[in-house]
Amino acid sequence: MAEKVLMKGNEAIAEAAIMAGCRHFFGYPITPQTEVAAYMAKRMPKIGGTYLQAESEIAAINMVYGASSAGVRAMTSSSSPGISLKSEGLSYMAGSDLPAVLVNIQRGGPGLGGIRPSQSDYFQATRSSGHGDFHMIVLAPNNVQEMFDLTIEAFELADQYRMTAMILGDGMLGQVMEPVDISRGEAASNVTKDWALTGTKGQRKRNVINSLYLEAEELEMLNLKRFEKYAEVEKIARTDNYLTEDAEVIIVAYGICARIARNAINEARKKGIKAGLIRPVTLWPFPKNQLKAAAEKAKAFVVVEMSMGQMIQDVELSIRCSRPVHLCSRTGGMVPTPEAVLEAIENAAQAERS
Amino acid sequence: MEIVFQRPKALSDVSSHYCPGCTHGIIHRLVAEVLDELDLTGKTVGVAPVGCAVLAYNYFECDMAQAAHGRAPAVATGLKRANPANIVFTYQGDGDLAAIGTAETVHAAARGENITIIFVNNAIYGMTGGQMAPTTIPGQITQTSPYGRDPKYAGFPLKICETLSTIDGTAYAERVSVDSVKNVINAKKAIKKAFEYQIAGKGFTIVEVLSTCSTNWGLEPVEALTWLRENLIPYYPLGVYKDKEVF
Repeated sequence: MAEKVLMKGNEAIAEAAIMAGCRHFFGYPITPQTEVAAYMAKRMPKIGGTYLQAESEIAAINMVYGASSAGVRAMTSSSSPGISLKSEGLSYMAGSDLPAVLVNIQRGGPGLGGIRPSQSDYFQATRSSGHGDFHMIVLAPNNVQEMFDLTIEAFELADQYRMTAMILGDGMLGQVMEPVDISRGEAASNVTKDWALTGTKGQRKRNVINSLYLEAEELEMLNLKRFEKYAEVEKIARTDNYLTEDAEVIIVAYGICARIARNAINEARKKGIKAGLIRPVTLWPFPKNQLKAAAEKAKAFVVVEMSMGQMIQDVELSIRCSRPVHLCSRTGGMVPTPEAVLEAIENAAQAERS
Repeated sequence: MEIVFQRPKALSDVSSHYCPGCTHGIIHRLVAEVLDELDLTGKTVGVAPVGCAVLAYNYFECDMAQAAHGRAPAVATGLKRANPANIVFTYQGDGDLAAIGTAETVHAAARGENITIIFVNNAIYGMTGGQMAPTTIPGQITQTSPYGRDPKYAGFPLKICETLSTIDGTAYAERVSVDSVKNVINAKKAIKKAFEYQIAGKGFTIVEVLSTCSTNWGLEPVEALTWLRENLIPYYPLGVYKDKEVF
C-alpha cells in the first residue's frame, strides 16, 4: 500500500534527496525555502550525513562543488537572491562537468524583492545561470508529489549527464502541504564516477577537476563537446498535457500557474471554449517539439506566468510565432487568479473569432 | 651510487610556469616533500586557487580540484566532508585568500575545518600583473598603488595569521619565510606540522609563507629575497601564532 505522508513542498524535496542517496547538503537560510535546510539539519546527523550551514550562498555552492568533486551526491537550495550568488559556482560546476542538485524556490524580484511566490528567475535558470556557454537541467514541479519525484529524478539526471539539475519551484509550492507517496523513492543508481577526487591510493593517475583552458582551441572543442551532450539531453524534454486533444486555445504554464490554469480551463470549457493546457515539466530542455506539434491544431496560445513574460519567449520560438501568443502574467510576488486566466482565454478566443 | 637528492615523488616531472626568481617552486617542493615523508600522496586531494598558483594542479601528483577565486576553503570543506579519510589542502595566494576569499577562509577556520591551508603571501597580485593586494605593505608601490600604499587612502594590510589565531577553530597558524636556507628548513617543519595536525584531526591549520615576486616587484631574484627580508618580515613577523598543543 502506498505510504502517504502530509508534507510541505520544501520538506518533500529534502526527503526525496535523502532517498536519492544525497548525504551532503550545504545551505544558507533564505525565505521561502528554509524548510529544506531545517529538514536536512534534523535528518542528516541521524543517517550519517552532513548538513552544513555555510557562511554564504557562495560558500554553499562551492562546498557542493567540493563534495561533488569527491563523487558524492550533493545538494544546495536557495531562493532567488541566493541563486544569483550561486551563479559563479554553477558556472564553475558546468565548466568542470560536475553533477549536483540545486533548488530554487523563487520569490519576487529584482533585488531583495519580496518573499511571495514568483517565477521571475526563468531566464536566469534557463538562459544564464552564470557566465559562459552552458546549460542546466531545469525541472518544474507543480505539486508536492512532483517536488518529491522530480528531486529524485534530478539526482539521476545530474549523475547521468554530469550536469547540475535545478528544481525550479516557487514560494507557494514550497509552503503548501499535500499528501505525498514517498514509497516511490528509489536508492541511488550506480553511475561510475571514475573522475572523482578520492585520492589516487597509488592505484591510478591523479584526477583533476578543472575548468581552466588557456588554449582557445581546446576550450572551444570542450564547449562543442558539451553541447553535443546537451543535444542528447534535449530528448528528456517533456510536458504534462490537459485537454489538449481538441483545444483551440492552449495555455502554457508551469508550476503553480499550471494548477491555476486548469481551473480556468474547466470554466472555459463550461462556456464552450475549447481550452487546454500544456505544462512543461522540463524548462530546460524546453519541450519545443511538443509546442510545435500543438501549434498545428491550436488557434492561439496563452502563456500564464508569474513574471513580466519570460517563458513566453520560448513558446514563441518553439512555434516560430505561427500563432498568436498572449501573455497573462503577474509579477512581484502576485499570483494570477483563475478568473484572470479565464478572461485571458476568453480574450484569446474572441480575438480569433474577430 | 647513493642518491642524496632528487625530485619528490609527489611533484610532477614537468616544467613549471612560474617566473624566474619566484619562490612558489620552493614552496611546492616543500609541500611535496612533506607528502612524500608522511606517505600522504595517495590519500590527498589538493585545491588550487585562482592566480599564479592556478596551475598547481599540474604539479602535485595527487588528486586536485581547481576552485573559483577565493573559494578554495569552501571547496576543500566539501571535499573533506564528503570523504573525511582524505587529507585535503588548499594552496592559495594573498589576493585569493585575503581579499575575495576572506569569508571562506575565516569561516573554514571558525568551523575548525580539518584542512590545511598553504598561504603564499608575496604582498602583490602576481598573475594579473602586479596590483595592490590586501597584504601590500604601507608605502609599497604596485600597479594600483603607484605612489605607494597609503593606509589613509587604501586602508591597512591584513595580517592573516594574527587574525586567524583569534578564532577558536584554528588549531595551528604559523608564518614562515623562504628567503634563506634556515627559513626554508623552518617552513618545511611548519608545513609538516600542519599536515600532521590534520592527520590527528585537530582542526584548521594554516601556514603563511612569505614569498617573492621578482617580476612584479621589479627586482632581481636576489634583491627580491633581500627586499622580503628587510620589508615583509618586519611587517609580518615570523613565528607560531596559534598552536593547540601549546595553548
